[in-house]
Amino acid sequence: MSALLTIENLETGYGPSQVLFGVNLEVQGGEASTLLGRNGMGKTTLLKAVFGQLPAWQGEIRFLGEKINGRSTEQIAQMGLALVPEGRQIFPNLSVEENLVAFHANRNKGEKPWKLDDIYELFPRLKERAGNMGNQLSGGEQQMLAVGRALMTNPYLLILDEATEGLSPIIRKEIWQVLARLKEAGQSFLVIDKYFKELVRVTDRHTFVEKGCSVWSGDTETLQRSPDLWKRYMGV
Amino acid sequence: MGYLIIEQMLNGLQYGLMLFLLAAGLTLVFGIMDLINLAHGSLYMIGAFLAATFFQMLGSFFPALLLAIVATAFIGFILERLLYRKLQTMSHLSQVLATFALILIANESIKIIFGAQPLMISMPSGLSRAIEIVPDELYYPAYRLLIIGVGFAVAIGLYLLVNKTRTGMWMRAGASNREMAAVMGVRIKPLFTLVFVLGAALCALAGALLGPLLAVTIGMGESILIPAFQVIVIGGIGSMRGALIGSLLVGMIDTVGKLLLVLGLGFITDPTNAGTLGSTLASLSISVLMVAVLYFRPQGLFPARG
Repeated sequence: MSALLTIENLETGYGPSQVLFGVNLEVQGGEASTLLGRNGMGKTTLLKAVFGQLPAWQGEIRFLGEKINGRSTEQIAQMGLALVPEGRQIFPNLSVEENLVAFHANRNKGEKPWKLDDIYELFPRLKERAGNMGNQLSGGEQQMLAVGRALMTNPYLLILDEATEGLSPIIRKEIWQVLARLKEAGQSFLVIDKYFKELVRVTDRHTFVEKGCSVWSGDTETLQRSPDLWKRYMGV
Repeated sequence: MGYLIIEQMLNGLQYGLMLFLLAAGLTLVFGIMDLINLAHGSLYMIGAFLAATFFQMLGSFFPALLLAIVATAFIGFILERLLYRKLQTMSHLSQVLATFALILIANESIKIIFGAQPLMISMPSGLSRAIEIVPDELYYPAYRLLIIGVGFAVAIGLYLLVNKTRTGMWMRAGASNREMAAVMGVRIKPLFTLVFVLGAALCALAGALLGPLLAVTIGMGESILIPAFQVIVIGGIGSMRGALIGSLLVGMIDTVGKLLLVLGLGFITDPTNAGTLGSTLASLSISVLMVAVLYFRPQGLFPARG
């Protein structure tokens, strides 16, 4: 196992206002991890920095051992980092199938890359809607498509930003089941979200972020044994 | 009377398709890069002047047309590298000012290089006659039919490019959400270069094809720029289908609408007044259409973002 994504002492923000005051995070290959925090913890800012949309003021971001601060968004994506963004951001003027095939690549050079049929098998619903345009889908279907679209690039690391935001409990459960399947298939991923018991159950390692700082990190077992931790940081 | 309308419909089709050649490039450049290029019409003018010059040198139409397309595409490539790539990150106001400056520079450069006199291109021999479409009733110039044919061929080609290839999918993805397309790994810069160069080539094609019908003059770019912008606003910025439908609508209103208005007004006023009033009202109704589209569907008829 080697580190896929390493963030060291990241500080950044917008104009004069600093948002991140020192975030540390490490995601290992083959691992399912989370970055948990309340609203306003700075996760959108963190993602912008990781994807090269916002320069880092201090600290370093490394992906596959290479420093990526300063690289362009598309270069970072092509290295094998994929995102399921908040709000899904499905391309409305592409059909479901086009949203998937347009970005097909084998970026992690795996032997059994995700292909269109695999995505349809993972989400049979998408196959039924293959010909529909991206803007004709329900929220749950959009979420499935966003996950499928990111998987089609066969990334080393998949980042999910608020994977279940605004979805019904049934769809939520379905997404968590899919995450469990991804883990089985050996796909590394990082979920950035609020605290959910079910989410913690299907993942291995966790980092808590509060007010722009990473404040705790550890594995699922430790976290489940210490309820005071998530009560303190997550307010649940 | 019926044939007159058919003839005007063919003219409208021809004008609309030529408008489409400009609007297609304009809508993609605007849609993908959020870049307002007022100098798009200048590429059309440059294409026409180059075609006229190559025609005078070679004496033959189609080789001149091809050379003009290649040369204009090359000029587009240089402009994209030197200017437009920098303008992408600037505000709309800077883009408008810079590309307006480019119009003035292009017009003056053309005047210095080619002189202020309009240039002429002759039609390819063999296409300068009229074709009998309905015996004794409807004749239509062969050359205009060629333009319609080329326009349709380009429209089909662009349709296939945009709708059936992965490059086309990236173009559409980029037009609807550039940041997300970059996050998916689409190389936006080379994609934009491709779109810009393609747009320049289409401008040259339109300029060269219209050369034998209109005089090739300084400022010809500005007169077609306004309708081209109207087209992309009506059709939906970034949408190729919108550009085609919008172009045909504007083309038809401009010709058939004008004819019907002139004929209709003939009943209430004398023919001279009817003629002037009809043309004015036809141009006006294009703007009215645009306002109506903006009011009811602010994203255009075929929104690319949504």
